Order: sequence, then structure tokens, then C-alpha cells
Amino acid sequence: MSDPKPPPASYASSDDPLERVRAMIQFTPQAKAIGMEVTRIEPARVWGLVPYRAELVGDPETGVIAGGVITTFLDTICGTAAVAAMEHPTTVATIDLRIDYMRAAEPGRDVLAEAHCYKLGRSIAFVRAVAYEDSADNPIANVACAFMVNSNAGRKFGANLRKKKP
Amino acid sequence: MSDTPQHRVAAALERIPYARFLGLRAELKGDELTLIMPFSQHLVGNPLLPALHGGVVGALMEVTALTQLAIASKSERFPKTIDIGIDYLRSGKPVDTFARARVVKIGRRVANVQAEAWQGERSQPIATLHGHFMTPETDEPAA
Repeated sequence: MSDPKPPPASYASSDDPLERVRAMIQFTPQAKAIGMEVTRIEPARVWGLVPYRAELVGDPETGVIAGGVITTFLDTICGTAAVAAMEHPTTVATIDLRIDYMRAAEPGRDVLAEAHCYKLGRSIAFVRAVAYEDSADNPIANVACAFMVNSNAGRKFGANLRKKKP
Repeated sequence: MSDTPQHRVAAALERIPYARFLGLRAELKGDELTLIMPFSQHLVGNPLLPALHGGVVGALMEVTALTQLAIASKSERFPKTIDIGIDYLRSGKPVDTFARARVVKIGRRVANVQAEAWQGERSQPIATLHGHFMTPETDEPAA
């Protein structure tokens, strides 16, 4: 793998929160790979969607999108909600997440989600989100997660590429 | 590949579009399944470290749990997920990742499965998962 490049100037630096979060998504290869978009942002709240795509299907018989896509989407949107709650944005890393699946996503339709960071501490952010097609009243899945705040602290670009010291 | 029910499940896994999207490969020894997710740039979630996206590590463990449960319950269909809990223990490095699952209990309607993912050393898991799934063949809605 090539050396990691420093982030673009827009990453975590724009004054417009929506632009900042969109830059974060563009800078996250897996979020881009599932086609995730952020559509709206308020302090501590983020709305987004993943467009339906055949290559994300988990059950070829029904055409239902894979649970793993929902996991990735909800994890990412919860992370952005944690950052959207911060006065000075920094990195976050998921400590744990719990997803309840109420039903299968409808084949052929975009999956929407909204996330709310309901508590931002100095070290930990707590976030919940719901995924749906039309309304949060008819959810596909719910997630609750905890994030470590400032997770890159003290770690340099490419820290994971270096061998551990003996 | 020999044509046992276990091997048919492993082959079915490789026909799932999302499993191909992740690049998953299945290895089966007896009835124990190991899934391998070779590193690929599109799996990255934190490009600075760089680290794998937590979502794909979770997805790897969920697919492993679903497939191991299908094998254990002698079903050729993948079960439905009711809920999963994922603990992230270490950041996923830009290398190949492995996962295995243990079916703790198959109840009449609900099955309990645990899974873990590791990279260099099995004793140093990067994440663990526990989940509840509809026992295959029951196929009643979760709600």
C-alpha cells in the first residue's frame, strides 16, 4: 500500500459544518465505496443516505441490502454526529455499537438514516441512530454506540504501517 | 471442493454480491469456517493511520456468524439477524483480516452466536461480536 497522504485542506477545517462532514466522507474510502451521502446537518445531528446498489445486496434471492452495509453506514453517520457535536472537531473511533434489526430493507430503495450525539464528553461520545426508507417511525434498524474522542491523539500519519517496537 | 452441505454453504457465501464487494473468501476445516477478508484500499475507514473501517470488520464477523450458524443448523439458507453487538478492541491494520464464529446455542426460534476477528495473532483479536439470529427454518418475522 502507498504511504498515506495528509488530508485535504477542507478536511475538518471548513467553517461550513455540512461541507466539513462531506469532506470527511470523501476522505473515508469505505464510506465512498458504499456511496454514502450526508444530506443535512445540525449541531450534534446528521442525516444521510446510502443509494441502493446491486453490489451491496446480501441476499441474492430477495435483493435485500446486506446488514454489513447498514452497519458501516450507521457507524459512519454516528461518528459524523459525534464530530458535529464538537466545537473543535477531532477524530473519533468506535468503541462499541449495538444494532437491532426490526425488518429487512426494501429492495431497490435508498436507505436513509439520522444520527444524534446525545452526550459528548471529554473522552467519550454517545450516539444513537435509526435507519429507514420513508420515516423513522418505520425503522429498518436502530443503533446505539460509544466513541472514543480524539482517537488519533499522539499517533502520527501512517502509525498503523509501522512495526511495533519489541 | 467436495459437495457436502458445509461446502455448499461456503460456496453460497461466495455468490453473495456484498461478500464479493468485501472480497471475502471462505475456508472450511470439518465444520469450522474461517472467513478471510484480504486487505483492500476501499475497506479503509481512517486513512491517516490507516485503519480498516469498523463497519467492514463488523460485517466480516456478522457474515461469519450467519454462515457458521447455517452450517451448525444444517440449513442452506442464511438466517435473519435480530441484533448484533460489536466491541472494537484494536484498530484494524491495512493487512488481511480473519474471522471465526462459535454457535453458543441454537434455540427453537432464536440462536446465539459469538464471533471474533483478528489479524497477525489469533490471541490478539481486533474486534468481537455477539449476535442473536432467527433460527433457520423458523422464518417468523422478528417482531
